[in-house]
Amino acid sequence: MSAVVALRDAAVAHGEATVWSGVDLDLAAGEFVGVLGPNGAGKSTFLAVLLGLLRLSAGSASVLGAAPGERRELIGYLPQRRSFDESVRVRGRDIVALGLEGTRWGTPLPLLGGRRRAEVRARIDAVLEDVGAVAYADRPIGECSGGEQQRLLIAQALVRSPALLLLDEPLESLDLPNQASVSALAARFCREHGITVVLVAHDVNPLLPYLDRVVYFAGGRAVAGTPGQVITTATLSALYGAGVEVLARSDGRLVVVGQPDMHTHHGH
Amino acid sequence: MNPSFSANPITDLNELLQYPFMVNALAAATIVALVGALIGWFVVLRRESFVCHTLSVMSFPGASGAALAGLPLASGYFAFALAGALAIAFGSRAGARRSLSHESAVVGSVGAAALALGFLFLSLYGGVLESVETLLFGSSVGITVGQVRTLAVVGLLAATALAAIGRPLFYASIDEQAARADGVPVRALAIAFLVLLGLAVAAIAQIVGVLLTFALLVAPAATAQQLTSRIGLSLALAVALALLEAWAALTLSYFTNLSLGFYVTSIALALYAIARAARELRR
Repeated sequence: MSAVVALRDAAVAHGEATVWSGVDLDLAAGEFVGVLGPNGAGKSTFLAVLLGLLRLSAGSASVLGAAPGERRELIGYLPQRRSFDESVRVRGRDIVALGLEGTRWGTPLPLLGGRRRAEVRARIDAVLEDVGAVAYADRPIGECSGGEQQRLLIAQALVRSPALLLLDEPLESLDLPNQASVSALAARFCREHGITVVLVAHDVNPLLPYLDRVVYFAGGRAVAGTPGQVITTATLSALYGAGVEVLARSDGRLVVVGQPDMHTHHGH
Repeated sequence: MNPSFSANPITDLNELLQYPFMVNALAAATIVALVGALIGWFVVLRRESFVCHTLSVMSFPGASGAALAGLPLASGYFAFALAGALAIAFGSRAGARRSLSHESAVVGSVGAAALALGFLFLSLYGGVLESVETLLFGSSVGITVGQVRTLAVVGLLAATALAAIGRPLFYASIDEQAARADGVPVRALAIAFLVLLGLAVAAIAQIVGVLLTFALLVAPAATAQQLTSRIGLSLALAVALALLEAWAALTLSYFTNLSLGFYVTSIALALYAIARAARELRR
């Protein structure tokens, strides 16, 4: 099986400053991958590289067998920290449709484009059903709760039937039950549709039941492996270049303590 | 002219249409209401109302400068509103909405300076044809056939351009990050939209005055978006409301001899208030 994402000795720089370097990793088709690390370690930067929005300053990258950015139609992407306030008077369904048709020039006119329109509608209905957003898809998205908006936005990323799904902090600002259900949703798409899911998160715990692989960014480098290989006192201490400790609580949750930037991996 | 309201719509319409100036005013108002509502719908979505107002005010020195130079007023409106649009598009760091709101102090100061400059031009002009009141608050008299033709051409161009970029513009307006990641030229669309907004504002200012363009541009779209969240219906409603507003204001202004601007703005505000109240009640 060829790698869906492959990075070889890859480095990224913002101006003069190197964000990370010397990164080697292979993500296989159908894997559920958690991208972890402290703020500013380059997690979102990693997604920007995969999307072709940011060029590597050294090394090479391939995504779905091509240079990053060339297979964009096969990538679903959920950007970080998006929400719609009450003044946005557009239905959730129309936001989902943008994932399928948003980039096409022109303006759809009523009563025209019959068959294509019917196909588009059917596809949107199917995705809404799949993510469980049918009940509120016809409401203005600004009136939906944070969890509901997140499901609609995931539907937008999924509607083009991607082979690779990039989710940037989809669990942030959700309460714990919603964190669990959105994690389960992403994992289900990974298992049932064979989509490779790359999910950036701050807290590993909601993802622990599903993760095949972890990519941990810190200190200008990254390590990849199974959660059991990466989230250990030895691996993370070496990565941070400082003594950090991974504690397993009695309920199975992992807590990383002593990170230099004081961001701990407990649920919040 | 001695307007008499008969309450018989046919008689009243006949009376209105026997004066060429009223026919011109109705034609011009119809064109600017149509185009203004469509562009205004995106202004509300993009939250660019403040930019819209600033561009409108910028067209004031254009119009009064044209009067001073003996040029057609329309050329002044369009030239200055377009120059303002391009200045904002390329002057603000990213051409993005975020930087526009950060620079609201600068944009506001430029707007104030534009008003003062326009007044200076008018006092230098000293003629009797163009009054400050007309340029600022609009008037239904004095719209020429040539002006209507110009508005029709500009309106058609703007509407066609808007239709060509409609869907990606919607994507970029409501979901900029995702649109950019999908390869939508977000910045180019922002600039193109500012140019279209400049055209629309300059056209509307010629009828309702530079201070009241809001009433035909932003208000109908804001009202429509209160009433429905379906995109197509919302756009159609915005156009219908703008036409209703323009026609009703012209008719009332004719029969009561009160200012057109007063009626346009009052009707716009009343419709918005009703729509907002209806939405609150439905919850």
